[in-house]
Amino acid sequence: MTGELGQLALCFALALSLVMAGAGLAGARLDATGARRTANGAAMGLLVFVGLAFGTLTYAFVTSDFSVALVANHSSTLKPLIYKISGVWGNHEGSMLLWVLVLAIYAALVAGLQRGGERLTSAALGVQGLLAAAFILFILFTSNPFLRLDPAPFEGAGLTPLLQDPGLAMHPPMLYAGYVGLSAAFSYAAAALLVGEEAARQQWARAARPFMLIAWIALTCGIALGSWWAYYELGWGGFWFWDPVENASLMPWLVGTALLHSALATERTGAFRTWTLLLAIAGFSLSLIGTFLVRSGVLSSVHSFASDPTRGFFIMVLIALAIGGALALFAWRAPGLQGGAPFETISRETALLLNNVFLVAACACVFVGTLYPLVLDAVNGTKISVGPPYYALTFAPIFFALLLLVPFGPRLGWKRGDLKSAWRSLYPALGLAAVAAVAVLAIISPRTVAATGAFAVAGWLIGASILDVRKRKGARASAFAAALAHAGLGVTLLGVAGTTAWRSEALTVLAPGQIMTVGPYTLRFDGVTREKGPNYIADRAHIALMDDGKVKATLLPEHRLYPTEGQDMNDTAIRTTGLRDLYLALGDDRGQGRFTIRAYVSPLAPLIWLGGLVMALGGCLSLFGRLRVRATEPQASAQALAAE
Amino acid sequence: MKAVIAFLLMLVPALVAPTFFAGSARAAPVGDSFSNPAMESRARNLQRQFRCLVCQGESIDESNSPFAADVRHLLRQQIADGQSDRQVQDFLVARYGDFILMKPPVQPDTWLLWLAPFLVLVVGGMVAWVTVKNAASTGG
Repeated sequence: MTGELGQLALCFALALSLVMAGAGLAGARLDATGARRTANGAAMGLLVFVGLAFGTLTYAFVTSDFSVALVANHSSTLKPLIYKISGVWGNHEGSMLLWVLVLAIYAALVAGLQRGGERLTSAALGVQGLLAAAFILFILFTSNPFLRLDPAPFEGAGLTPLLQDPGLAMHPPMLYAGYVGLSAAFSYAAAALLVGEEAARQQWARAARPFMLIAWIALTCGIALGSWWAYYELGWGGFWFWDPVENASLMPWLVGTALLHSALATERTGAFRTWTLLLAIAGFSLSLIGTFLVRSGVLSSVHSFASDPTRGFFIMVLIALAIGGALALFAWRAPGLQGGAPFETISRETALLLNNVFLVAACACVFVGTLYPLVLDAVNGTKISVGPPYYALTFAPIFFALLLLVPFGPRLGWKRGDLKSAWRSLYPALGLAAVAAVAVLAIISPRTVAATGAFAVAGWLIGASILDVRKRKGARASAFAAALAHAGLGVTLLGVAGTTAWRSEALTVLAPGQIMTVGPYTLRFDGVTREKGPNYIADRAHIALMDDGKVKATLLPEHRLYPTEGQDMNDTAIRTTGLRDLYLALGDDRGQGRFTIRAYVSPLAPLIWLGGLVMALGGCLSLFGRLRVRATEPQASAQALAAE
Repeated sequence: MKAVIAFLLMLVPALVAPTFFAGSARAAPVGDSFSNPAMESRARNLQRQFRCLVCQGESIDESNSPFAADVRHLLRQQIADGQSDRQVQDFLVARYGDFILMKPPVQPDTWLLWLAPFLVLVVGGMVAWVTVKNAASTGG
């Protein structure tokens, strides 16, 4: 019964999304309040019915209703509850339903907040409605999660053990909140182009900003979570592999970051109006392309659950329509846009423009690196791989240059800035950079140019952020938010540099009682025991961390076998001081109680994800600061003007 | 055809050498590691430059797959036989194609790959320059 209910709810949702599209677009063209009210109502209804469909599927997963084919193929009764729930989106069909659910949530937010006036909101809802309809059609025709299985099997096939992990349970919803959040920016951009009114065109960036911020925060967290997961789950101590699927999430982040900065100028002075529109379109387009790359099976990896050509084709058509439609609209309407206020060569606007140039180049690098092998293979059959060395030579220098310039941005005034005084005010940050570089050279070996440079730049970024916060006490939340986000970049950079330059590792075959050393640590292997988990059997190694002949701690890396799924997995043991990780993974059984143990000491590794968190916090601060400012709008903007 | 011959020629030392030098005092792959730290770090460095062909995005250094283990073994044999890094690379490329290289080769059909990011940077910079100049001139 539940399956049919879900299917029915999805059909209603399709109807409502079409209503929302029609009424929303009509409400934008005419002065039809009735149409707008209908669009708002449809947005709420869409959320209810998609929520119902999603709830139904979740219920089927939680109760292990194996008469639903999807549940039988991707779940089992033995799984802990959290993985039964995360199993809902641990497969193609369910993850697409999650996508639509997030889209419906954003549509309801757009309808509820009514930012940027009725006409703009209505047009944005219309575009959201079109997107929702397209995705629901995609689900119903190629990826129906509610298909039945008769007879229902006694036990399900289980969920890939890789996905049975708390980090990865949260990773897809986070990423989708980011991807789809960019759809709200996209819809507002398209709405601004659709609505001829000059006021709407001026307001859209301001109206869409909270959605851009939410999307950016979610993407930042999602990417950090994914990277953290790869670190502790894959068992090799790496945190970023430049895997096409990781790249698919990095591209929208880079463009989304560019969008946040460019929209700042558009909102403030009307500068770069067309460019910001184009970025909003590009951001969501890259989200769609990312989804296509991941879901179509063009790139095979843990993430691609299905490689069904119909689906790939359908998504490709969907992308072509969305991107093509938006670009056509852009080409048609954008030339009519008015330019913004003039600004001088040395100004905040120029700084933001430079930020965009570098971010777009960085994104181009990831884009080319990800797609070039596919294109080359199609063109002349040459198969090449684009791995980390490529990005080290292209992405790294471009991003590095960007980081060098970051501290200048907040120090240059709108319309006219003073480079000399900005530079002078940065002396203390320069000092911190020098101290960081010298400290690295003096204290830590081996000495590497890259790590020294990275530390200097991190010192530069963090120093500048501290100056920002100190100097502008009582300043607006947005300045504080920017400082926090920029400092987060520095923190992540410290982590990346520390781990890359000074990671030590040891790979040893040990018999029980034997000792190994890695970095400053001495470890004693105390043998392996067989443990039984809820849905797996594990070989658990007992490894004592020794300190002066005494056991200081015991680490328990495991090798797990999931019988239902017929797969095995590593479960690493990580002991962190916050500044340094001791990382253990259990390797293969060498007989007679001997096992291979892989041990890594990763200095500063936790900072990689801490930096991501700091960036996200900066985003949150900007979001809530803005909401607060909005409440006291006239006063705040008066102050802001006075401050200039 | 040339590639096949080259491949076979390269295979010869790989097959013959271990039997030839078995029992010699030279460092040889012990399980999966060299006792000589310099050779070990060389091997690890090299391993990071080759892709595991049956995985996605993992180097043979990181992969758990049997394929990666085989290639690691081959690579270590080559090192033990005194081959240079370049020779090891040529050997593996002859055997498995360019796809095994983590760093794409620089050749006419990959120029665009290598240059595109910087082209975007340069073109973007020029567009930004024009934009800024225009904005400044309308103001002044």
